[in-house]
Amino acid sequence: MGRYVVRRLLQMIPVFVGATLLIFLMVNVMGDPVAGLCGERACDPATAAQLKREFGLDKPLWQQYLTYMGKVFTGDFGTAFNGQPVTELMATAFPVTVRLTVVAVLFEIVIGITLGVVTGLRRGRPVDTGVLLATLVVISVPTFVTGLLLQLLLGIKWGWIRPSVRYGTFDELIVPGLVLASVSLAYVTRLTRTSIAENKRSDYVRTAIAKGLPRRRVITRHLLRNSLIPVVTFIGTDIGALMGGAIVTERIFNIHGVGYQLYQGILRQNTQTVVGFVTVLVLVFLVANLLVDLLYAVLDPRIRYA
Amino acid sequence: MRGITHARWAAGAVATALAATGCGVGGASGGGNGGAVLSSSWGDPQNPLEPANTNEVQGGKVLDMIFRGLKKYDPRTGRAQDWLARSIRTGDSRNFTVTIKDGWTFSNGERVTARSFVDAWNYGASLRNNQKNAYFFGYIDGYDKVHPDSGGQRADTLSGLRVVDDHTFTVKLNQKFSGFPDTLGYAAFAPLPRAFFTDHAAWVKKPVGNGPYTIESYTRGSQMYLRKWDGYPGTDKARNDGVTLMVYTDSNTAYTDLLAGNLDLADDIPAAQLKNVKGDLGDRYINTPAGIIQTLAFPYYDKRWNTPGSKKVRTGLSMAIDRRQITDTIFRRTRTPATDWTSPVLGTGGGFKAGLCGRACTYDPARAKALIEEGGGIPDGQVKITYNADSGSHKQWVDAVCNSINNVLGNAKACVGNPVGTFADFRNQLGAHKMTGPFRAGWQMDYPLIQNFLQPLYYTGASSNDGKWSDKAFDRLVDRANAETDTARAVAGFQKAEEVVRDNMAAIPLWYQNGNAGYSDRLSHVALNPFSVPVYNEIKVG
Repeated sequence: MGRYVVRRLLQMIPVFVGATLLIFLMVNVMGDPVAGLCGERACDPATAAQLKREFGLDKPLWQQYLTYMGKVFTGDFGTAFNGQPVTELMATAFPVTVRLTVVAVLFEIVIGITLGVVTGLRRGRPVDTGVLLATLVVISVPTFVTGLLLQLLLGIKWGWIRPSVRYGTFDELIVPGLVLASVSLAYVTRLTRTSIAENKRSDYVRTAIAKGLPRRRVITRHLLRNSLIPVVTFIGTDIGALMGGAIVTERIFNIHGVGYQLYQGILRQNTQTVVGFVTVLVLVFLVANLLVDLLYAVLDPRIRYA
Repeated sequence: MRGITHARWAAGAVATALAATGCGVGGASGGGNGGAVLSSSWGDPQNPLEPANTNEVQGGKVLDMIFRGLKKYDPRTGRAQDWLARSIRTGDSRNFTVTIKDGWTFSNGERVTARSFVDAWNYGASLRNNQKNAYFFGYIDGYDKVHPDSGGQRADTLSGLRVVDDHTFTVKLNQKFSGFPDTLGYAAFAPLPRAFFTDHAAWVKKPVGNGPYTIESYTRGSQMYLRKWDGYPGTDKARNDGVTLMVYTDSNTAYTDLLAGNLDLADDIPAAQLKNVKGDLGDRYINTPAGIIQTLAFPYYDKRWNTPGSKKVRTGLSMAIDRRQITDTIFRRTRTPATDWTSPVLGTGGGFKAGLCGRACTYDPARAKALIEEGGGIPDGQVKITYNADSGSHKQWVDAVCNSINNVLGNAKACVGNPVGTFADFRNQLGAHKMTGPFRAGWQMDYPLIQNFLQPLYYTGASSNDGKWSDKAFDRLVDRANAETDTARAVAGFQKAEEVVRDNMAAIPLWYQNGNAGYSDRLSHVALNPFSVPVYNEIKVG
């Protein structure tokens, strides 16, 4: 187990280097970031040259990348164009987005799995058909439509919530978290449903029932635990997607999180912000995947890592 | 059992993660919601909030509240009035003597003296400080030494600035410029306290100025609370207790918050909401002219647009655009069809001349088609209008302009839009001379002078002359107008120069842009100044 984790951590290094290099190259392909700093006019050449020198943009690309990586390992992610260290931006953005992701994942787990179990056990009944139809609708409606609609109805028409998030506390993030989770939630429901429906007919479930175990214990201990493996995989990979892909939700609900910083970084062509944030997201993604693999062993004792 | 130990371990990890994310809640400071404080929408300033480094509206909003300079532009007429200046005298439009009024201080108690200005200007001009508005000091003698185009900096201070005594300093320019005193209302010319130089990092975190408001708290990227400064010595004291500026990720969200009663003032109403705004807000919607003009400029470095006949093609294109229809339907009258190359906010005395463009800016399909054909037709049979697609509603109007041209020419492919992903990339391509056809050129004035609408855009080699238009007659007329000591004659001179722009159709004027804003029923006396910034100090709450 310990050796397995170490091996996985070592495997992360090439992935990490490759991913950051790719992002670094992509952001640089967009051209000279200094040109966008002076409004509707050309920066005066002396100031532009000096800014480039200061941000290290006058050096060849490979050298920029090496310097950047060297600094990253000492915890210095560079400075955004407004003079703020990128680590400071991260310190304000990541907690909010992590909270939003937690809310979203909780919704996925609680609602998604419950609905999946209910429909999986009652396959073909009206409740199953109804939920299936509902998930179809949720999957096909884009997030910004759900988001704007909920914001308009709950925030303005009925006045149940504030339409915008101000401090990013958990209670403010409930509706945005639901919107962010909606599509994945539908997938989780469908995945759980299929998995449950399939395992319901398997031998060990029949054995458990024949042993005279109470229905509740059969479902939670035997059926659900075995059916959760694909769902856990999905949710694990979804954590990374939720954190980086919240751009739309964050803009609609005025959440100053990772998505917002990335969006602004791209608009202002701020290499340091974009590469820094994406690097951390890559790490989150890798760690989430590792955790998912470790969770397999918890769910299914037959799986062992050595 | 192996599984159980794992389960405990996993549960522990989840609990730790939850605890870790739970902390840090409520990190943003509240910023006084009591009293007559209003909240207003804001965007994250692109640059640090130094006066000579702020070149966009969001940072400009703050500077407008916490600084007062030698001159102030009247929020209604745009006319430059003496503010901290007792007088600015000159005999030759080149040597100016500035005297400052008594009794002005910064909000930290420090007196505003001649040195506060001279130090600030020297800082702004100096190359090593990376100030993006440094070129504003380019008229002052010695600028070429503190800010050379290439090579090292050869002096620390501008030789043209000299402190005479606490209340007096002199300015020597490197050329005649009669309008110079009127440019001094621009934020870049604001005075700075000693703290700016002695503890710069702390100052930038929480700027201190001499305006009607002081910054009480500033959480970067999220909000700023400005409190009324009770000791403010000026006549334009704040009529409310304070302003909370709140950063919004999107102007649509700000508008939604305004409707829900969570926000008092939203400037920049999103284009998509313009058709609802009257019904939503009624009288609480304002839509007033701002010093912004949108034009289509041309790449004169491309030979195909620099032929003797292309002038006719440009004029023809101008006449093929149904401006009125576009401003009415797409912009819902937040733009006005342009008939000259300046802006109505200048007033007729300031050089605005409605109809100066004449027939060339009037929609006339038949004449337009004929002119384009006379001029040799559109180069390569297709006009591509380049614009940045990341902000405003540029895509909508470029498509509409193209439609208008296509209809006139009876060819669905005569004009197409050419979007560029980001503003930064758009500026890059302009800088690299990559345009092959007309491109979007917006201009927001720095100060309300006709000179500011012409010289930076059409003078040979000027900083915003992205199409590299060059005309000796125009340059000569501008130089002569700058040298005039009499304002009326200077304005007339610039209008002569503007006629050269017209006769060559150097750029196609499209429309004058308005500033717009909506506010809650708690507020009254809300207005926008000619820079489309709300006049915060005049707003009354309750």
